[in-house]
Amino acid sequence: MQKLFTPLLIVVAAMFAYAPIMILNAPYESTMGLVQKIFYFHASLGMAMFLAAFASGIGSGVFLFTRRSWADHLAVAGAELTSIIGFLVLVTGPLWARKAWGVWWQWDARLTSTLVMWMIFNAYLLLRRYGGPGSERLAAAVALFGMANVPFVYWSVNVWRTLHPKTSVIPSLVPGMRGPFWFCVLAFVLLTTLLIAMRTELEKRRQQLDELYLAAEE
Amino acid sequence: MRFIRDVWTVTRKDLLIETRTREIVLTTMFFALACVMVFAFGFVREGRPVQDAAAGILWIAIAFSGTLALGRAFERERQGETLRALLISPIDRPALYLGKLLGILILLAAVELLVVPMVALMFQAPLFDYPLLMLGLIAAGTLGFAAVGTLFAAMLVRARSRDVMLPVLLYPITIPVIIAGVRGTAALLQPEADQPMARMWLSMLVFFDVVFVTISLWTFEPVMTD
Amino acid sequence: MPVDFTALRLTDVSRTFGRRRALNRVSLTAQAGTITALLGHNGAGKSTLLSIAATLISPTSGTVRYGDLDAERGGAALRARIGMLGHDLYLYGELTAAENLRFFARVYNLDAVERRVDVALERAGLSARRDDIVSGFSRGMRQRLALERALIHEPRLLLLDEPFTGLDEAAREALRVRLRSAREAGAIAILTTHDTAAIEHLTDAAVTLVDGRLAA
Repeated sequence: MQKLFTPLLIVVAAMFAYAPIMILNAPYESTMGLVQKIFYFHASLGMAMFLAAFASGIGSGVFLFTRRSWADHLAVAGAELTSIIGFLVLVTGPLWARKAWGVWWQWDARLTSTLVMWMIFNAYLLLRRYGGPGSERLAAAVALFGMANVPFVYWSVNVWRTLHPKTSVIPSLVPGMRGPFWFCVLAFVLLTTLLIAMRTELEKRRQQLDELYLAAEE
Repeated sequence: MRFIRDVWTVTRKDLLIETRTREIVLTTMFFALACVMVFAFGFVREGRPVQDAAAGILWIAIAFSGTLALGRAFERERQGETLRALLISPIDRPALYLGKLLGILILLAAVELLVVPMVALMFQAPLFDYPLLMLGLIAAGTLGFAAVGTLFAAMLVRARSRDVMLPVLLYPITIPVIIAGVRGTAALLQPEADQPMARMWLSMLVFFDVVFVTISLWTFEPVMTD
Repeated sequence: MPVDFTALRLTDVSRTFGRRRALNRVSLTAQAGTITALLGHNGAGKSTLLSIAATLISPTSGTVRYGDLDAERGGAALRARIGMLGHDLYLYGELTAAENLRFFARVYNLDAVERRVDVALERAGLSARRDDIVSGFSRGMRQRLALERALIHEPRLLLLDEPFTGLDEAAREALRVRLRSAREAGAIAILTTHDTAAIEHLTDAAVTLVDGRLAA
């Protein structure tokens, strides 16, 4: 598994090096002009965030019910990446929104549920850090609840108000835009998967270190 | 049958302690009132409460005082380590969870009996025009909040920083409850009350309750065992 | 279905908390009708061992057997045969002595609740104080009540964590008498203490833990 890390990192780096070129060559969006181009990164980051959150949720579920350590490692790796990528999503979003629609923030379904999910995974990390011994299980429960929660947040805010472009904007993308878009998505998904895998590996090493300490005490 | 009896044994013990000391219910009631007052001052413009403030303030007061009550209720089980004694006992873990949940619900119902009329009074909000819907919203919302809260408070009993961790964990997860509660209540408080809207929010709350009580029952055992 | 067993068997039980090994391959067997002392300094792992025997914590490795059963297969029926007296006594300070006993009698699904409560109060010497709130009791009184609470369901396995702490000599003797009668009734009693004098002429076996390990 680890042997793949370096070559894949190189591939991802190359993709990110090429991405700006694709983005620059993509057609301008009719109403928003240049500003719209942040969408390629923003939407991809959004997908990457959900991927990381999903990974963490699955890891948490498996860990709670089977106590397998790899599941816990996956859970914490996913949570950390959700937090980081989420931060980027929540920064790029308002930057775009300010220029495109004149407001920094809106309480619509997509934004709100992203914010809530980000907060839940931050809470997860806080709990693991400051909750004392045994907080891995507790945090796993939080992640599970968080996952179950997101559809509810989305639905309730959706009924309440909507300003965000609907998901259906993707099929309606001008052909010239689809290429760069899916390229960026692939780049981010690959990067995220790689980072989760590396972080999981790191966590596994940390546990092995603990076990070595214990063995050395014998 | 044994299950239901166990649930009631736990609840009855909590109610017995509470009726004797009245500690949690009284302090929570006053806290809820203080909450309402503080928010009222925050949202008053030209001597009159801002419209729609009543619904929001009501639910915030419920959320804040609910968190307080949950923390205090499980603090009680921490002294004397009685939660451990219950975990060693033959009581089914889900029965223990439901017993504590029922106790918290009864406690919060008592608090709400005071807070809801207070809000109606202070904000001239016609909260009693549609009593059944209003009752449904408050009951379903409180249940959703308490269901998640009971699990989190129980699992935090032996954790460090538990006082601050409970709200940090609980509030993001119960945001749908707050949204539905506030929007549903606001729909009923409008000059021409929007009953279908309120009913829709009520059904969302009920759905939330079903999902989260189920998840809580399911995860209580693995979370509480070491 | 009621469960019973005549021996508690811990085999190579280890328990780690992150980087800390609380117990290191501890083996212990205790038969019905015996009192075993678990000695050692603070932090030696005594409380952890007791918690494992009580099914509160599962061992990281090794097995714990109650007769033929383990904690998982035994389930609730097994827990009904275990009684524990923790360091924090497991009593509700806001309730009366009788109410505490009554609650736990119900928790353990016992019949003739009132009679058992009366008997337990008498054994604890607290019949006169049955309707007094426990938070007003002295340490010794609470200890006696907590012991009777732990014994009210006549457990096969009785686990006591530092039961002699904070007691005067009279209370200690009363505790010893009570433990002897429990032994006569066939209980497996395991108590932890770091006070060897208190358990003189009481225990049938003694095991010492040093840093989570059995001392030879």
